[in-house]
Amino acid sequence: MFDPLRDILLGYGNTGLTVWVLLKILAIAVPVIITVAMFVYWERKVIGWMHARMGPNQIGPLGLLQAFADVFKLLFKEVLRPDAANKTMFFLAPLIALVPALAAWAVVPFDAGVVLSNLNVGLLFLLAMTSMGVYGIILAGWASNSRYAMLGAMRAAAQTVSYEIAMGFALVSVLILSGSLNLSEIVLAQKGSKGLLDWFWLPLLPMFVIYFVSGVAETNRAPFDVAEGESEIVAGFHVEYSGSAFAIFFLAEYANMILIAFLASVLFLGGWLSPFPESWGFLGAPGWWWTFAKAFFFSFFYLWFRASFPRYRYDQIMRLGWKVFIPITIVWVAVAACMKYFGWVTIGA
Amino acid sequence: MISEYFPVLLFLAVAAVIGIALLVLGNVLGPKKAVAEKLAPYECGFEAFEDARMRFDVRYYLVAILFILFDLEVAFLIPWAVVFEDVGLPALVAMGIFLLILTVGFIYEWKKGALEWE
Repeated sequence: MFDPLRDILLGYGNTGLTVWVLLKILAIAVPVIITVAMFVYWERKVIGWMHARMGPNQIGPLGLLQAFADVFKLLFKEVLRPDAANKTMFFLAPLIALVPALAAWAVVPFDAGVVLSNLNVGLLFLLAMTSMGVYGIILAGWASNSRYAMLGAMRAAAQTVSYEIAMGFALVSVLILSGSLNLSEIVLAQKGSKGLLDWFWLPLLPMFVIYFVSGVAETNRAPFDVAEGESEIVAGFHVEYSGSAFAIFFLAEYANMILIAFLASVLFLGGWLSPFPESWGFLGAPGWWWTFAKAFFFSFFYLWFRASFPRYRYDQIMRLGWKVFIPITIVWVAVAACMKYFGWVTIGA
Repeated sequence: MISEYFPVLLFLAVAAVIGIALLVLGNVLGPKKAVAEKLAPYECGFEAFEDARMRFDVRYYLVAILFILFDLEVAFLIPWAVVFEDVGLPALVAMGIFLLILTVGFIYEWKKGALEWE
């Protein structure tokens, strides 16, 4: 469908190529931002239902335009520059949080061959981008020069780095089985005749659970949201931010959540592969809808957790990360290596 | 190869532009009625007693050091995992020894109480 447009643009040489790539980037970035808006609506709706409330239902049909109303409200609010803050760093921090959260989407494969940049070090790039996010948080807390912001940033930083280790080990175990850092090849390595039993979630079950729980902790979401724990430190690192500066942090956090859900789908649940045998016709056919369905399923878990679990204490969070997750992941890396070496699992069709 | 990295670079730029555009929009559209009380650091109604950059718990520092150690370990494991299939037994033995040494270190840390947070 878009091929004629591409051919016309590529006819103009490098400028045309840049425009074509730019269009592809916008085709990812704009839906991500809209998804964030709709996800916030979905979150409020789901948590409303779980509390036996209605959730937003005033703006637009079924309250569907609520998120957009919120966006405009935030844009028309005053952006404060606290007197005590370091102004440059204060406004640099939201950018440092947002840029990696969006740029990480460059390597996410949505379907076979549907990926902006098929990097052969895709997973490494993702690790780098997700690790960058914490600098935005630390910088925000520091530059605000406010007690609550500082405390929130310290907590968020220590928590994020703790869970990043467990997450790193979980990704290494995926690497051992797939033998490739390329995300599309990781999906293809999960292809097999047994459908969903060939995906990595089964041989790497403990890693899969740890990956997702670490993802929740990394994005500072409930029940690991002590970084912004409103009952003790008001809002944590973004207490001094208002208006659109706050909106950027919000956007980055939700983009990261959805990214974690997509990665769980790609790394452990066979991405665009169908869970059913190929003989089932439409249901058995691979396609982008599977990636999205799986990601949707996982993003729902975030909301479910938030509505169900009380907040952990900080020492419990640190204990879970260091004394439970890291030992299990170290052992399972060794187990995964043995699985691969002794051929206990079949990789690829 | 380069052609695969160019979109990533461009995406970084686009993300930065989106962020800057949001900040500029907010500054242009929003009201500017700042008063001294509004611009003071938030402190639940008090005036801030002193500078917010206070001393913090040494355990945060300890976590940072331990994080570097273990993140390095992950950094070692990634290239190993990629070539694991080609190298075979020597890779399994070598990484087994490496992980064993690190596990000993981890147990020592644990026993020393570096992981306690009470």
